[in-house]
Amino acid sequence: MRRVLLVEDSASMRAFVRAALTASSALGELEIAEAQSGFDALRLLPRGAWDLVITDINMPDINGLELISFIRKNEAHKTTPILIISTASSERDRERGMTLGASGYLVKPFTAEALAAHALEQMGAASASGAHA
Amino acid sequence: MPEITDKAREEFFSEAQEIIETLSRNLLALDTAQKSGKEDPSLINEAFRAVHTLKGLAGLFGAVRLGAFSHRLEDLLDDLRLGRMDLRPEVLDVLFSTVDAYGRILTIEKEGRDEDLPSVDDLFRRLDKLGAAVERSASPVGGYELDPGMLAVLTEYEEHRLRSNIEQNLLLYRLRVQFDLSTIDKALDDMKERAKRHGEIITYLPTGEATGVDAIELDLLLASRDDLATLIGSLGADNIVIEEIPRRRRSVPPSVVPLRGSVAGAMSPKQEFDRLAEAAAGEVAPSLRSLTQTVRVDIRKLDHLMNIVGELSIVRSSLSRIAERLRGEGSRQLATELMRLHRNFDRRLGEMQDGILEVRMVPLGQVFDRLARVVRQISRDLGKEIRLVITGAETEIDKLIVEELSDPLMHMIRNAIDHGIESAERRAEVGKPLAGTIALNAFQKGNHVMIEVEDDGRGIDEEALIEKAVESGKIARHEASELVRDEILALIFVPGLSTREQVDDLSGRGVGMDIVKTNINKLGGVIDVHSETGIGTKMAITLPITLAIVSALLVRVHSQVFAIPLSTVSEALSFDPSQVRRVENREVITVRGSSLPICDLGRLLGLPEPIEDRRRRFVVVAALGSRRLGLVVDHLFGQEDIVIKPLGSSLSRVRGFAGATELGDQRVGLVLDSGAVIEEVLSGAEGPRERPSLLHG
Repeated sequence: MRRVLLVEDSASMRAFVRAALTASSALGELEIAEAQSGFDALRLLPRGAWDLVITDINMPDINGLELISFIRKNEAHKTTPILIISTASSERDRERGMTLGASGYLVKPFTAEALAAHALEQMGAASASGAHA
Repeated sequence: MPEITDKAREEFFSEAQEIIETLSRNLLALDTAQKSGKEDPSLINEAFRAVHTLKGLAGLFGAVRLGAFSHRLEDLLDDLRLGRMDLRPEVLDVLFSTVDAYGRILTIEKEGRDEDLPSVDDLFRRLDKLGAAVERSASPVGGYELDPGMLAVLTEYEEHRLRSNIEQNLLLYRLRVQFDLSTIDKALDDMKERAKRHGEIITYLPTGEATGVDAIELDLLLASRDDLATLIGSLGADNIVIEEIPRRRRSVPPSVVPLRGSVAGAMSPKQEFDRLAEAAAGEVAPSLRSLTQTVRVDIRKLDHLMNIVGELSIVRSSLSRIAERLRGEGSRQLATELMRLHRNFDRRLGEMQDGILEVRMVPLGQVFDRLARVVRQISRDLGKEIRLVITGAETEIDKLIVEELSDPLMHMIRNAIDHGIESAERRAEVGKPLAGTIALNAFQKGNHVMIEVEDDGRGIDEEALIEKAVESGKIARHEASELVRDEILALIFVPGLSTREQVDDLSGRGVGMDIVKTNINKLGGVIDVHSETGIGTKMAITLPITLAIVSALLVRVHSQVFAIPLSTVSEALSFDPSQVRRVENREVITVRGSSLPICDLGRLLGLPEPIEDRRRRFVVVAALGSRRLGLVVDHLFGQEDIVIKPLGSSLSRVRGFAGATELGDQRVGLVLDSGAVIEEVLSGAEGPRERPSLLHG
């Protein structure tokens, strides 16, 4: 089963993302771990390999950019795809995220289909094993 | 596409509601800060984040009007947080109005109504009238030797804050801090509180170095007026390295002269004024926002409230007595009404008492966090690797008790690491994991809180302990052979006994444990020791949950009523005074085959002998640790929750009493300090005492 780390401080947003990913048949069965803060993410990260990290940028304390920078510094997660989800107003921050090594971004609000399509683009379809690109 | 379920919608609305409440709190805090002339930019940023999140959610859940409104407000807050607009009073007024507007919008969105909201339209117009934002020329961040990696992760807001601080000519510091991942939230909050007094934390960046599965290193960028020495003095700890980020040489204006390491020169009169005003106002209050959610209360005020509750309970009993009298005098209806009033009063009073008690409760985690740092320090000093396992940190206990627990627990942990845990070589020999484990467990058990300090070390060497006790004359050789296991282990609490040959800095010469015991006893608690050679030692502390109210056994001695704290009472039984025997100058009775020393409270306290013939009396068995003493009394009234009031200053040095309490019938009863009585009687101190004592008679 492939593993997704979802970092987002809004519970409703997490629920939406989870529902969107779970509903996509192309993604296959996923284990989705939810982190509600940058710290949570730091705690979860060392627990094995991840096939995709989806992160918000605007979070208290450890923001998304810091998280991306940290993930990229880490040998074990150097190639893990990172998808940024942020609002249109965070354009500058989103660009920074891409410079720091994020693999793609999606502007909030987005539809469930758009999210699933982005996730698919990053991870590949369920049948393709070892989806790290 | 997955349907948005009703449940998801409901959760969205409840989260939206929470976010609006947060926004409201932030605005209040902002207002308070503004009024006191202090600035806390993070408050505006949090308000921005709240609205930002709302906007994102509104889009997902199709809440169009909530989205549009949030969008407009987000723009304003963005301008404010990025310094493109000043937070003028009229801006703050508009912001306050948005909270109400949000309430209205949320209601119609929730009910799916489509109706005009004139007040919201009006607010849109007011927002438009606030004027355009002004783009400010950004001051360069190039004047400091900042790590490019750190600059790269700054969000727009953080970058703005950095520039703004640089404009004010502040000093920049890098704080490299190591955190335990499991406790980072709380540890970082503590750190933030303390750092806030010195300036602003601009960003937190995980370094990605020296981190394991359970630890992380963060770089904090702090802008401050204070010099390095001040910061080290205030924030320094062994998990923190503080470095000043040097300015690039060329960019330092020649006119800038560091002024006592604080604010550099070249300030405008306004800046100078602000600085002086701030200096005059003293330290910036830590977290203005927390003031809106929580209040710090002096525990004495709570004690005062508790005393009033005690007095009200006396009013309550008077009420019931008057009702009885009325009934006796034939006013049945009035009596019934009064009784109903009394029951209602009684119930509310109980709720009030519970409420006050609840406010006094704090989680033990407060003291455990401190201990975690101590463990780290000691294990480093001694070169012993220690794993600290904490459970039950959320267990709550009276604030006053928590304050007093820190030192005893620290002693116990020191002892455990120093004397208990073996060296790594020794542990390897006996096949134990190289790292020693100290477990700190807390849990509630009825009206008590248990705290256990457990180690997986060598256990207490009973032989050595006895040898020491005999050598130092604490016990006679012939007594030693008669000691049972618990009595032997209890020797560690005897002043001046230590099982270690060498005196060392850490645990000293057994000074710790007897003081630990005294301190725990003072809190109405007891310590039990369990130890298995080669396996480890466990010390279990039993404490009352609160000091404000204790369950007590009310007894009568001659004509006086006394309260004996129930936590020290193991049982009460009746006995025949003719069965009393004298053994070694001490009165004893036999209870279930073993002898129990007894003490006639009336005689001990020097009360006048009553005339009544007493064929049957009662003995209340008070137990503290392994020591038991039977207190002889005339009558048992039963159990009652009492509020202990301190004795006046002239009586406070008198041993034997923990305080006084008001009894329902407007009389005052003395509360016995069982611990002191046991010490006094069982130590056989018949000679002169050092302290004035009521017990002396």
